[in-house]
Amino acid sequence: MAAVQETVDTVKSVDVDAYKYGFVTDIESDKAPKGLNEDIVRFISAKKNEPVWMTQWRLDAYRLWLTMTEPKWARVEYPKIDYQDLYYYSAPKSTPGPKSLDEVDPELLRTYEKLGIPLREREILLGIEGAGTRVAVDAVFDSVSVATTFKAELAKSGVIFCPISEAVHSHPELVKKYLGSVVPVSDNYFATLNSAVFSDGSFVYIPPGVRCPMELSTYFRINEKNTGQFERTLIIADKGSYVSYLEGCTAPMRDENQLHAAVVELIALEDAEIKYSTVQNWYPGDSEGKGGIYNFVTKRGDCRGDRSKISWTQVETGSAITWKYPSCILRGDHSRGEFYSIAISNGRQQVDSGTKMMHLGKNTSSRIISKGISAGRSNNTYRGQVFAHRKADNARNFTNCDSLLIGDRCGAHTIPYLDSRNRSAVFEHEATTSKIAEDQLFYCRQRGLDAEEATALIVNGFVRDVLQQLPMEFAVEAQKLIAVSLEGSVG
Amino acid sequence: MNAVVKRARTEVESALSGAFDALAPQLPGQARVRALRADAAALFASQGLPTRRVEAWHYSDLRAQMKDVLPLAGRPDAGAIAQAQAVLQPVREGQVRAVLVDGYFIEELSAGLVTSDITLRTLDDVLETGDKVAIDILSAKNLGKGDTALALNTAFMRGGVVIDVEPGYHAALPIELVSITIADAPKAIFSRSMVRAGAGATFTLVEKHITLGDARVQKNDALVLFASGRSQVEHSFHRARTGDNEVHVHSLLTIVWEEAKLNSVALVEGGGFLRRQIFARFEAEGAELSLASATLLRGKDHADTTLVVDHANPGNTSREYFKHIVDESATGVFQGKVVVAQHAQKTDGVMKSQTILLGDDAAMYNKPELEIFADDVTCGHGATVGALDPAQLFYAMSRGIPRADAETLLLEAFAGDAIERLSDESLREAMLQRVRDWLKGRVA
Repeated sequence: MAAVQETVDTVKSVDVDAYKYGFVTDIESDKAPKGLNEDIVRFISAKKNEPVWMTQWRLDAYRLWLTMTEPKWARVEYPKIDYQDLYYYSAPKSTPGPKSLDEVDPELLRTYEKLGIPLREREILLGIEGAGTRVAVDAVFDSVSVATTFKAELAKSGVIFCPISEAVHSHPELVKKYLGSVVPVSDNYFATLNSAVFSDGSFVYIPPGVRCPMELSTYFRINEKNTGQFERTLIIADKGSYVSYLEGCTAPMRDENQLHAAVVELIALEDAEIKYSTVQNWYPGDSEGKGGIYNFVTKRGDCRGDRSKISWTQVETGSAITWKYPSCILRGDHSRGEFYSIAISNGRQQVDSGTKMMHLGKNTSSRIISKGISAGRSNNTYRGQVFAHRKADNARNFTNCDSLLIGDRCGAHTIPYLDSRNRSAVFEHEATTSKIAEDQLFYCRQRGLDAEEATALIVNGFVRDVLQQLPMEFAVEAQKLIAVSLEGSVG
Repeated sequence: MNAVVKRARTEVESALSGAFDALAPQLPGQARVRALRADAAALFASQGLPTRRVEAWHYSDLRAQMKDVLPLAGRPDAGAIAQAQAVLQPVREGQVRAVLVDGYFIEELSAGLVTSDITLRTLDDVLETGDKVAIDILSAKNLGKGDTALALNTAFMRGGVVIDVEPGYHAALPIELVSITIADAPKAIFSRSMVRAGAGATFTLVEKHITLGDARVQKNDALVLFASGRSQVEHSFHRARTGDNEVHVHSLLTIVWEEAKLNSVALVEGGGFLRRQIFARFEAEGAELSLASATLLRGKDHADTTLVVDHANPGNTSREYFKHIVDESATGVFQGKVVVAQHAQKTDGVMKSQTILLGDDAAMYNKPELEIFADDVTCGHGATVGALDPAQLFYAMSRGIPRADAETLLLEAFAGDAIERLSDESLREAMLQRVRDWLKGRVA
């Protein structure tokens, strides 16, 4: 078929080289010595001036990590990672905790400007045109948070939004209570490593009954060479509260692979709701598979209270390798979990992503909508588990996984696990894999669209269910990102 | 992705490897067969029995089930043969029937063996005479690679029959292959049979598994079903309920050539630990494969159906319909994997797994998988798990049908959905009768 041939040719010529966030910020940084040992763990802890309990927590995790082996079950292939050949801590030098944006290195501000991240709180507050939308941002650069906007504004409603390294000092009781309570230190190889060496990330606490007045957002940037980024995010929505949180990420183009092993923990108490959206756009490597980020992330939400709700929405376009399963533990009765995902792979990217819905409480429900698009020579796997505990009466799940293949050298795989131990639980799963239908293309072209426009239109329709779940600001960005990711294959 | 997990040998694994070394010289077959066995034994020695750490065995732990090595079954005595005879239905005039007792071919119970269009040989004869073509097919080297349970069967294979249906022959009556196990004493059985449909041959194969008695049995058997170009084969499979002490691994190895049509319908009754694994592969283009089954489980049954359909070539169609009814504290497993190779364009694959959980402690594990490397394909799968639909029950009950009868009615229709894919009416009716009998047992 002509269109397919065309697609193959164009994929060959363009694809992932179009990455536009690949620049490097030239900024002096303060690094820990290369490698990993107990001293490095202590070094990171000391850099953050952490209390003894936190240092001990890290050391325990490190000792446990030494006994563990790297998981191999995902459908991804990569050369062995030398964990001693990485920097585990890197921070832009001039910033020993800036008090206000004025103190932030202008070079950094320029970086975020270039990335389109609004850190200029005042201008936004003043309503200066072109300053961006009203979103509170925590900007994490390599291992530290460099700026958090709208803190004061948020504090008025009692919302705590700060780097986790700060929360350890300012709200130790909350951190002690919740850190590691959803993703235990022993959870998996990468989560354990993260527990030992995590550097920064966001901490959010929404007090009872509060609807967070604005979207919260964290923007992660890996800049330094040979560093691993190990961020840790902890979001607690107390009874009856609501928060919508966005996460974005980019990294420079480098020939070496870089490791990103994050842990995100969400806790929703009674009647609370957390909406967590990610647009993941780490550097995917070049079209030959050189360079790119290894994105090994553990994300889990715990619907701890009755009638709580956690919703994950992700648009995955970047990373050389993605290993990521945002999950929900539906512990509270009548709690609800949702997972909406678009995963696009091009070039030589490898994606192994999906979700887990663990139904433990009664009358819990979950919904999974996953759209995978593979192009180039990439492999895109959906891997998900839906589980009903013996006591999870009337658990309900609906899963829909659709895959679209563009070109004949890529792979699309679907591996769902449906484990039911309760007869009143009802699980429904459906999955399809196909290419763009000839008749749809024909219909569009007949009405004057060229092949590329027609394909773009159809792909947009294909992912619409998920895009609709994203907050406004992100939906626009995501749509653009999808177009860029598939550039050459869909236009 | 069968991750290689290094671990210590268990006593059983060492004993099985040891048993192979000791027995190898006595097992049938010349140099080629010996090499085949040795390779399989080496694979087993390096990997051991499958456990839940092996992805393809995610829900069934064979190592935990095989706590000791049982003696290989000896040739059945007159008493055992008489017992087996008692459960055989009368054979129809002109019908071909091959009967295995404890894996051994028993000529006096078999019938219609000498016809011009169907040839029957024992497995041991085929292996000994070194029929190269037949041994190649028997070894099914592209199917079930790396599966150590199948490797055990290959290493120890003995007993079983090889049935050849001549090209173009249209059989009026079904060919029967009955495997009877006399579970009067602990024993292990490793038989392998093969049915080869010549080009354009058309027939029905009826495969039955019956166990008498409740002694401990480890049965690891295999059937190679080879459908030559344009052949049309209907395969009816029935496994009668066994006692709780049987550990049964059954492998169906299916090879499908150009424009062949293969329709396999199974009724699987539980009992003990059962793993039924189906490996199918399209060797050419334009073929149609349909696999369906109804599985009925109760008590502490554990039944695992795992299938891999390999669309290794373009333009083939596969359909899978699997139904499970799981009562009491039984466990059902369905793993279905459709693999589409890079050049297998125009593949059409649809898989459906549906389960009704009846018991409070019943469990069902579903893992339908798609692994696709070609873009011009239409593939999909659907899986559902749930209780009987209360709305349907209410509908039936509001029309005066007592609850128990309403349940039976709905369950029969549910299982019947799979069984109705069998085109032979008398076979279909016989299977449905077994479903009714099973459901009666439930109400009682």
